[in-house]
Amino acid sequence: MALAFDEYGRPFIILKEQDQKTRLRGIEAQKANISAGKAVARILRTSLGPKGMDKILQSPDGDVTITNDGATILEQMDVDNQIAKLMVELSRSQDYEIGDGTTGVVVMAGALLDQAERLLERGIHPIRIAEGYEMASRIAVEHLEHISKKFDFGATNIEPLVQTCMTTLSSKIVNRCKCHLAEISVKAVLSVADLDRKDVNLDMIKVEGKVGGKLEDTELIYGITVDKDMSHPQMPKQIEDAKIAILTCPFEPPKPKTKHKVDIDTVEKFQTLRLQEQKYFDDMVQKCKDAGATLVICQWGFDDEANHLLMHRNLPAVRWVGGVELELIAIATGGRIVPRFQELTPEKLGRAGLVREKSFGTTKDKMLYIEHCANSRAVTIFIRGGNKMMIEETKRSIHDALCVARNLIRNNSIVYGGGSAEISCSIAVEAAADKYPGVEQYAIRAFADALDSVPMALAENSGLQPIETLSEVKSQQIKENNPHYGIDCNDVGTNDMRQQDVFETLIGKQQQILLATQVVKMILKIDDVISPSDY
Amino acid sequence: MAIERILKDDASEEKGERARTASFVGAIAITDLVKTTLGPKGMDKILQSTGRGQEVTVTNDGATILKSLHIDNPAAKVLIDISKVQDDEVGDGTTSVVVLAGELLREAEKLVAAKIHPMTIISGYRIAAECARNALLQRVVDNKENAEKFKSDLMKIAKTTLSSKILSQDKEHFAQLAVDAVMRLKGSTNLEAIQIIKKPGGSLKDSFLDEGFILDKKIGLGQPKRIENAKILVANTAMDTDKVKIYGARVRVDSMSKVAEIEGAEKEKMREKVQKIIAHGINCFVNRQLIYNFPEELFADAGVLAIEHADFDGIERLALVTGGEIASTFDNPESVKLGHCKLIEEIMIGEDKLIHFSGVEMGQACTIVLRGASHHMLDEAERSLHDALCVLSQTVNDTRVVLGGGWPEMVMAKAVDELARQTPGKKSHAIEAFSRSLVAIPTIIADNAGLDSADLVAQLRAEHHKEGCNAGIDVISGSVGDMAELGISESFKVKQAVLLSATEAAEMILRVDEIITCAPRKREDRM
Repeated sequence: MALAFDEYGRPFIILKEQDQKTRLRGIEAQKANISAGKAVARILRTSLGPKGMDKILQSPDGDVTITNDGATILEQMDVDNQIAKLMVELSRSQDYEIGDGTTGVVVMAGALLDQAERLLERGIHPIRIAEGYEMASRIAVEHLEHISKKFDFGATNIEPLVQTCMTTLSSKIVNRCKCHLAEISVKAVLSVADLDRKDVNLDMIKVEGKVGGKLEDTELIYGITVDKDMSHPQMPKQIEDAKIAILTCPFEPPKPKTKHKVDIDTVEKFQTLRLQEQKYFDDMVQKCKDAGATLVICQWGFDDEANHLLMHRNLPAVRWVGGVELELIAIATGGRIVPRFQELTPEKLGRAGLVREKSFGTTKDKMLYIEHCANSRAVTIFIRGGNKMMIEETKRSIHDALCVARNLIRNNSIVYGGGSAEISCSIAVEAAADKYPGVEQYAIRAFADALDSVPMALAENSGLQPIETLSEVKSQQIKENNPHYGIDCNDVGTNDMRQQDVFETLIGKQQQILLATQVVKMILKIDDVISPSDY
Repeated sequence: MAIERILKDDASEEKGERARTASFVGAIAITDLVKTTLGPKGMDKILQSTGRGQEVTVTNDGATILKSLHIDNPAAKVLIDISKVQDDEVGDGTTSVVVLAGELLREAEKLVAAKIHPMTIISGYRIAAECARNALLQRVVDNKENAEKFKSDLMKIAKTTLSSKILSQDKEHFAQLAVDAVMRLKGSTNLEAIQIIKKPGGSLKDSFLDEGFILDKKIGLGQPKRIENAKILVANTAMDTDKVKIYGARVRVDSMSKVAEIEGAEKEKMREKVQKIIAHGINCFVNRQLIYNFPEELFADAGVLAIEHADFDGIERLALVTGGEIASTFDNPESVKLGHCKLIEEIMIGEDKLIHFSGVEMGQACTIVLRGASHHMLDEAERSLHDALCVLSQTVNDTRVVLGGGWPEMVMAKAVDELARQTPGKKSHAIEAFSRSLVAIPTIIADNAGLDSADLVAQLRAEHHKEGCNAGIDVISGSVGDMAELGISESFKVKQAVLLSATEAAEMILRVDEIITCAPRKREDRM
């Protein structure tokens, strides 16, 4: 550890308690960081592509997650290394921005780090490598724009959207019925999308799952499901043309926030209080009834008496509905959330064509469906599946597919998948490298090599000879000047991704390259790691 | 340079072959555990809980066994989960689904060892499962039209389900009970209308089905013990002291006389409430909450039978059965729907007094009273009966029926074998393996019965080569027999669920190539 001395030979203290800290400097630090980043990428590498494998993750509490989704794997891995945490962060930001391609971005970053390590060994300064990468990424992103295709779709022609979602889903466990799920996702997104503003609010799509049945039973409900049942077992199970009062006040006597006491000291007072209480319950129910409601959905609980009064007046009610669900119901039915009984008016009621209770299996499992809502824009995707882990994984896959569909609505440019975009970029970057004078040229060339690693991983996972396949596809691309050749993962027989209908979104791909480059630059710039040693 | 640790200290990571082996070993271990309970001659397990009292459960039910196990292996957890779902969805076949999934994995392990990629195995399994399902679909029998035949189908299914349980000695008797109970539901799957009461004593044969409703409660003192043409008010209301519900209210008095006054007012209030309740013109009052002595006395004076503290399920069921509504306010007697029944009386089962409501309005509900030598016996009997009821009620909805005794597996295996021969490429190995896993089920059934499984299954296979054969394993005589003649049937829905969930689970486990176990959460040291 570096020590500085003053003129009397006493050491300066630069770091507090420095003998208790471990410190890595210079090239050592960079190498350690790179190897950590690579280790993370190595874990995800086998999950890439349609033939990618899943991981089992056991949480600290012993719960099991089985997944193929890069972001989920990294999130649950509970990593301890700082650089590894950066990689986790990287995959998460891809997840937030784009929703898909979370595995690809980490593999890409890992490949860039791998190349950087070789350059470092040759004595190239890390900053020069970082700059070279930056230039190369710009070239690649521009090239992507160049090879991208725009395609048209409308409310009636959803086929292209479905195709793209299918590409996303094909790498997940649900690929058995990817066609069905892709269609559901696209329909869901389209029904909430604002095509003029090119905006999609994914909050309007609720993804619910219930164990049981089979994956094919997954359905899209134009409405909302609530995992609750009617508060009184004898209330009607089906209401047509429901007018819904959405309340956030309990069916109980009021509890003022200010502290107060009602003192009872005479018999008369006791009796008036009693009458008042009865009247209070009566009023509450009457107000709902007067407003014309035929269904009450309440965030809080009911008193037994209120419950019976509601039942008695033929006013079905649902209690303990969560805040988020309440909001969704309000949006879907066009109603207002009413915090006080006094403010309940007919205009504030939500409307739904059909409200019904549905029971599942042999246990007492019931759910409430609210369908044909006034504002049909809120939809629910209801997933069924063999077991809990399957449902969780399907939820994640559907989320990815929804994101992809949303991205396409925002920007309808696509690039072809199966590694074809990466190969094409790699060729373009390679060609551009020669034009740059200076050391950056090496970095740019390294970037091109790193781009090759994604199709390489794809080929590897599909059981093909990686080097052979890649070089073949690459030469084909150059020879025919056609950027649509990729890795034939599914053994279809053709390398042309256009014929195989494998698309990815342009912004997803661009984001992958940009994010990966950014993180790698950040890692390369670190030359000193100071960490408190254990204990 | 040392390899950087990226995971926390106690976390572990297993990759590739090792991960796969770990999940195979875990899944197969679970399978071997429950394997011996399969079939009519399957054995039971004793489970001792770690909780206080070290309670003992004796069971044959796959779902119950697996639920009680504490497993650390992730793949094993997947299997436990599918068994649980099977229990929730169709109620029966919980062991079969685990055994089939385990066998699929066992076969897959061999294929992986022979250098076939897991993805290829998965796609082979998928094709095979679809083919098996179609093969089974072609051979189903649907007797929906013929009520008489359908009833005998139900009877057969009930007997088949019960034959692997502790009730097998009296399966005829219990099958009749279960079928009668389910037929009363008239197509609904609401099993809540069937109440099961367990009373130790007597023998299993003494169990009976009662058409009415039995409430495990005593009748209040001094109240009539027998009411004919009862009008029942079912309520959920406080009958102790009716609290003032307005927040912050409290009683503040300054002299003893005031206390007495308020107490009087309270009593008056209660008296009024009781009067209101009696004004409904009832002669039986059932409340979910406690009834204090004072109101009870008032009820007794009015000649009304008052039953307190009936639990929530009891109340709901009673309301359902008698056709009344659950009331909590009593101001409008004319509009409250009362429940009716012909006769309420106190009956004795063993040494316990119970209240029996007979001649109820809604004929759907009924009560099955189980008698048996010990609590363990009764618990197991209840589980078995529950399985049978679930299966029957599901069959009423989906009336397709297949034969039992390993017949469906052989039919499927035959079709899958056929498919394997036609499929080019590596997948055919996986499809073949699927058929081997299917055959494993009759093999295990035969093994458990102490029969020569190799010989029997070979015979069975030969029999099945003929078209339209009904051969299965007849465990009782230890030979191959005609399942249609022996009357062994199973519900198609159960078989389909077993097939699909087992394939799904096997697929899930096969896709895994890495297991990352996080550091276990540290417990706070209490020392």
